[in-house]
Amino acid sequence: MTNLLADYLPLVIFIGVSLVIGLALLVAPFIVAYSRPDVEKLSAYECGFNAFDDARMKFDVRFYLVAILFIIFDLEVAFLFPWAITFGGLGWFGFLSMMMFLGVLTVGFVYEWKKGALEWD
Amino acid sequence: MTVTAAFFYLFATITVASGFMVIASRNPVQSVLFLILAFVNAAGLFLMMGAEFLAMILVIVYVGAVAVLFLFVTMMLDVDFAELRQGFLQYLPFGALIGVVFFLEITLVIGAYIIDPALVRSPSVPIPSPDIMTNTEALGQVLYTRYFYFFQAAGLILLVAMIGAIVLTLRDRVGVRRQNISVQNARTAQDVQVRKVPFRQGL
Repeated sequence: MTNLLADYLPLVIFIGVSLVIGLALLVAPFIVAYSRPDVEKLSAYECGFNAFDDARMKFDVRFYLVAILFIIFDLEVAFLFPWAITFGGLGWFGFLSMMMFLGVLTVGFVYEWKKGALEWD
Repeated sequence: MTVTAAFFYLFATITVASGFMVIASRNPVQSVLFLILAFVNAAGLFLMMGAEFLAMILVIVYVGAVAVLFLFVTMMLDVDFAELRQGFLQYLPFGALIGVVFFLEITLVIGAYIIDPALVRSPSVPIPSPDIMTNTEALGQVLYTRYFYFFQAAGLILLVAMIGAIVLTLRDRVGVRRQNISVQNARTAQDVQVRKVPFRQGL
């Protein structure tokens, strides 16, 4: 267990360094930068004219569909990793088990293709 | 060992604190960002238990995809916060009653909950030491053969999710002119008309 965690030491160092750089860039402007705000500088800026409305608006539901279809195939690929590692020792049953899993998801993939869920019109 | 303990307490503290901030922060977008922080720290906790595969999947799937989906949903809801807080006092007694009932039920459940010591000592498939094989390999050896039915059930659940998302959100849009490549390619010279357009009049 300790060997395993020791392997992650470079990652900890990496995160530590990026934390230091990020914080330095965040804090440095407060210390060194020249700052004299006024009303016009602080107002919302949208290509020369006043902002029309709030930045938070309703998204089209199609973005949601794309995101959820992405998650499903993301999970499908996640299941492939342990299978690929142990592929040699699993035998025919393990192979066919994965083929069945992929077959079920291919049915869904054909369905969404035929329904036109992948098209953006 | 003390370094391990220090990292455990760091991850655990941040997880609990950001979990609290998820429900405490007023802006739902900030809640989702705190949720992402909780996910990342939970991945750190998984890593300390030796469950590398789960930790990485937590980062990829939950941080990379589910949190983005939550952000979409909070943006799509278009919640009016002034209107939401309006009925707060009106619903307070009812909400407090339900909260108390939940709290009592959970206290009863946790108070009576005992983990069977025999179960802890001999799990049906013992977890191999990370020195022998990696966590991902250990998962792969049992997931596709021993737990065949659970694996196929996972596939069917993904199929249902896929079809459900399409059925719920896909609408036929009228007045959309799609490109039909086969029709375009099958067009012959006779189908194409060349018209003489009068100057400054149009068709």
